[in-house]
Amino acid sequence: MTPEELLDAYEEMVLIRRTEKAAHDLFMSGLVKGTTHLAAGHEAVAVGASSAMRPDDYVFATYRGHHHALARGATPEECLAELMSRATGLCQAKGGSMHLTKATNGMLGSYAIVGAHLPMAAGAAWSAKLRGSGQVAVAFFGDGATNIGAFHEALNLAAVWSLPVLFVCENNLYMEYTPIEAVTAVPNPAADRAAGYNMPADIIDGNDVVVVHETVARAVERARKGEGPTLIEAQTYRHFGHSRADPAKYRPADEVERWMKHDPLDVARARLEALGVPPETVADRDHRAAATVDAAIAAAKNAPEPVPALAFTDVWADGGAAWRT
Amino acid sequence: MADVTKEKFTYRDAVAEGIAREMRRDPSVVCLGEDIGAAEGVFKTTVGLFKEFGPARVWDTPISEQAIVGAAMGAAMTGMRPIAEIMFSDFLACCWDYLANEIPKARYMTGGQVTVPLVVRTANGGGLGFGAQHSQAVENWAFAIPGLKIVAPSTPSDVVGLMAAAIRSDDPVVFFEHKALLAGSGTRPPEGHLIELGQASVVREGTDVTVVALASTVSLSLKAADQLAGEGISVEVIDLRCLIPLDMRTVLSSIERTSRLVVVEENPYQGGWGGTVVSVVADEGFELLDAPIKRVAGANVPLPFADSLEAEVIPTVGKVTEAIRRLSAY
Repeated sequence: MTPEELLDAYEEMVLIRRTEKAAHDLFMSGLVKGTTHLAAGHEAVAVGASSAMRPDDYVFATYRGHHHALARGATPEECLAELMSRATGLCQAKGGSMHLTKATNGMLGSYAIVGAHLPMAAGAAWSAKLRGSGQVAVAFFGDGATNIGAFHEALNLAAVWSLPVLFVCENNLYMEYTPIEAVTAVPNPAADRAAGYNMPADIIDGNDVVVVHETVARAVERARKGEGPTLIEAQTYRHFGHSRADPAKYRPADEVERWMKHDPLDVARARLEALGVPPETVADRDHRAAATVDAAIAAAKNAPEPVPALAFTDVWADGGAAWRT
Repeated sequence: MADVTKEKFTYRDAVAEGIAREMRRDPSVVCLGEDIGAAEGVFKTTVGLFKEFGPARVWDTPISEQAIVGAAMGAAMTGMRPIAEIMFSDFLACCWDYLANEIPKARYMTGGQVTVPLVVRTANGGGLGFGAQHSQAVENWAFAIPGLKIVAPSTPSDVVGLMAAAIRSDDPVVFFEHKALLAGSGTRPPEGHLIELGQASVVREGTDVTVVALASTVSLSLKAADQLAGEGISVEVIDLRCLIPLDMRTVLSSIERTSRLVVVEENPYQGGWGGTVVSVVADEGFELLDAPIKRVAGANVPLPFADSLEAEVIPTVGKVTEAIRRLSAY
């Protein structure tokens, strides 16, 4: 990454961090209902990967997916408006926190049934292959998804059909509240399974945006050349709990401390410093991202609620919901 | 050129023909499923497709129902019109997440950002002695899910016409091919034959009792109507052809004339689609009725293996005849 690219990536990560903090605060104050699964701590995976992709590549994410929507160009305002049930939300307030989608940018959805989107990503990659478009599909998922059948079915199909797809595991060490190692037969829940599907796998520092970018860039290149799928296990950590107001007390203090000292924003800042980017330049980006998110919060708060008729739109492609004559 | 007047055109031929016609006119139509390529399908419903369109458009898959339907969904969201085969409809349970949670909800929960134009084809129903895990009529499973269109044709010609509409539909369609009908034959429809989804067909006109049927129960009902004509009972038989959209207008308009309704469905009475048909009639057509409504449906048991036992629990001509006779005497 060039210093300018890294600076842009840093700003995007700050934007995500601040949006997630806002989502948390708005949830605690009752303005966001239902649930949230925050990705603070996972920013480098989304931004590093996205910056290595073409604008027309496809992304499929999970219910912990705010960072992927933002990294693919959704604005903090449309994301927060969605979380706050506003008509201006990304999905017109019909999806919510777990289903952020920005289809115009190839971000084809956030799915809340664990593992379900891996076969979809394989299918989007199959479609790209059939159309000869050169596009690549990337599925992001958590460590918990590696024990569900759809993960294994998707990896096998992708390998057998040599599909241009990347499977990127955000291994944050916990499947919800349980340590992943306690419920998984292998130490590296994603990467250790790749051999079973004759698929190359990388285990990387998911908190270093440059490492993520370079790893994904290589995998994307392989995929575009027709050399098939790659599995990437990016090790990272949640700054918040699993969902809602979970304080994550099940995580040992020394582990939390160790990971908090390896914050993806700090890692990126250190890299920028090493490249000679002046601290004021970095601080400018911090301020710009903060201002964007502050304005997004205000705009989302002031946005209108959806009109009731919206409950009966878009079941079908004709825009309606009619099921009988 | 085959002599069409003498040609035997079976329901299974019609499936392959319906798919082939659409594949010829639209390059975005592709097929995937188990044994559908060189093997031409375990039910021989994809005969000729691999030969004509090759491996680039007819893809053999592993036994991986989630991967098959999930991949079809991803492809449908990105410009293709995939046709996924799930060999037996019982196996839909292996990929039910996609039919219940993913495919029917994607458009709605994204605020209309995506469409999922795919067809899931599957061999449905009993009558062939395959036992409890390969014989169920499960169209009511799909009927429980808002967001899926449901087709279940009863004749070869309808298979072709409805297949065309299903593949061209921008909405997801579950296409039930009834196993007991596969060997039956009929007329080959002309090129361009298209039957809009959601249009029931009055397959026999009558004045005394309306029978609403679907797929396998259409021929049972027609046989029952033939028998009862000799007893002076005039039976109108409606083939719904689709469950979603559900053509209630045709049903209600028939009851206006007959004032009596029998619904014949192979799926279980418990949760069967007939319950919804009946509830609409009770709500909107109560004053048209001169008698209670009868449902002849699958029994609330798993399907047994022996022919004699299976006949006990699925609709038969005898059960339909009996129900109509009682109703007309009411």
